[in-house]
Amino acid sequence: MKIKGKAWKFGENIDTDVIIPARYLNTSDPKELARHCMEDADPEFVNKVRPGDIIVAGKNFGCGSSREHAPIALKAAGVGCVIAPSFARIFYRNSFNMGLPIFESREAAEAIRQGDEVEVDGDTGQITDLTTGQKFKAQPIPPFMQQLISDGGLIPHVLKKNRNG
Amino acid sequence: MSVPMTIAEKILAAHAGLDEVVPGQLVQVDVDLALGNDITAPIAIRTFREAGVEKVFDREKIALVADHFVPNKDINSAEQAKQLRVFAAEQNIVNHFDGGETGVEHVLLPEKGLVLPGDVVIGADSHTCTYGAMGAFATGVGSTDLAATMITGKTWFKVPESIKFVYNGELGPWVTGKDLILYTIGDIGVDGALYMAMEFSGPVIDRLSMAERFTMSNMAIEAGGKAGLINPDQTTLDYVAGRSDREFNIYKSDPDARYSRVIEYDCTGLEPQVAFPHLPENTRPISQVGNIPLDQVVIGSCTNGRFEDLKMAAQVLSGRKVAKGVRLIVLPTTPRVYQQALSAGLFQIFLDAGAVIGPPTCGPCLGGHMGILARGERALATTNRNFVGRMGHPESEVYLANPAIAAASAVLGRIAAPDQL
Repeated sequence: MKIKGKAWKFGENIDTDVIIPARYLNTSDPKELARHCMEDADPEFVNKVRPGDIIVAGKNFGCGSSREHAPIALKAAGVGCVIAPSFARIFYRNSFNMGLPIFESREAAEAIRQGDEVEVDGDTGQITDLTTGQKFKAQPIPPFMQQLISDGGLIPHVLKKNRNG
Repeated sequence: MSVPMTIAEKILAAHAGLDEVVPGQLVQVDVDLALGNDITAPIAIRTFREAGVEKVFDREKIALVADHFVPNKDINSAEQAKQLRVFAAEQNIVNHFDGGETGVEHVLLPEKGLVLPGDVVIGADSHTCTYGAMGAFATGVGSTDLAATMITGKTWFKVPESIKFVYNGELGPWVTGKDLILYTIGDIGVDGALYMAMEFSGPVIDRLSMAERFTMSNMAIEAGGKAGLINPDQTTLDYVAGRSDREFNIYKSDPDARYSRVIEYDCTGLEPQVAFPHLPENTRPISQVGNIPLDQVVIGSCTNGRFEDLKMAAQVLSGRKVAKGVRLIVLPTTPRVYQQALSAGLFQIFLDAGAVIGPPTCGPCLGGHMGILARGERALATTNRNFVGRMGHPESEVYLANPAIAAASAVLGRIAAPDQL
């Protein structure tokens, strides 16, 4: 599994109210949620982000609420993966359940600059800053989890497994 | 000779059918109660339907509470609350709360006796950790995890490491559980207990009321905690008495249980705390706040909207008026809290002071409705989060404090303590 895109940098403790403000939680439609993704940190983000782009943020990304709308909004906005030194617990679990890959690497999160071209190899956990040539190592995503992500999340993955016996 | 364990480890072991567990171990546990609200349950219900399952695992072990955007704030919110109603009727869910029966979930469920000591509770709401105050293992999950539990009655956890917090000394006037937890978050930071169970203990905790214990456990998530537990004692048993016929187990940490850290605080001389925007860790003692004029004060929420909280606010507001230009909004959290406040004469005090009394709802805490801030406005709230845009416009500000500080601040029109009145 390879993800390649432009880096969008954000600070520490990006909370779920920044990822998707609660005032928009009167719907769970991914397209509608995507329109407001990261709005309170950068109102132009959803217009600038391209499919496969990568969010590179500071520690404790996704802190706050348990809303699954947060990874749903990021994924529907086209975000290919998130790189941060650490993730809040509920967000971490929700991301995989929703099929949004996330990678923990303090070195990568600190070194990668806004706008750099970045490639992430989920099989090996290697993060490459193509603009600077620097390489970083995160935990690889195990094969079953990669399959879960490519199936679109936990539930589609489980249903597919059940169908295939 | 059994291995010494923390309360968190004992509850998880018991629910996994194991004699012992250690931090880092993955366990599958039976869930005693699974909770969803009008924001998170619709996704869980959709997932449940996609999975093609016909019946929930146990119609008595699921709670659906419409509390975030009720009374329905707009058409979309009405549709979400309706989905809970339809699903509850179809599945014969016993504990579905709506209309005049509903309240803020984390106050309502313990009040109704639906959470008991020793339980494992999961909720698709991050403040599910509130029930740790009763000696239950309770934590927030996403809607997909809730759906899986609605189907199977089980969930999986990594057994967390525990941090023990010991609170020594004597609390001064107007210093509450809210101040203890704000001080703690200010000390360890918003990720200071990431993935971990926080255990609150010591002579100060032993003397705290259940209301204040709930406030402390409620905000464990604001330090990144998976759970915030207090060992059950007589205060817990007195609270639980008469609320439920269900049997329960009391688990307590062994004296020689292993902790990743033990942090001791001397609370003598601790001042009421105020968390500045835009993180709960930005705490300052009230004497160091300076002059912060306010547009709005909110007293309510799963953190500080219980009867005891309203009573403390009324004590400060009695015979006084809210400052010109400040909007004071009081939101009792459940129908019972509402009735208690009414019977105790608190509403008269609030009305005389010039407060608005609203219905039980999470409402403004998460910027939903009933008290949204305009650009540049500033609020002090007894709630739990002060993130950017949390209560309204992205350029508004929220400060967090206890109900006495909230009441005094409403009167003076700036952040202040009751002794400044």
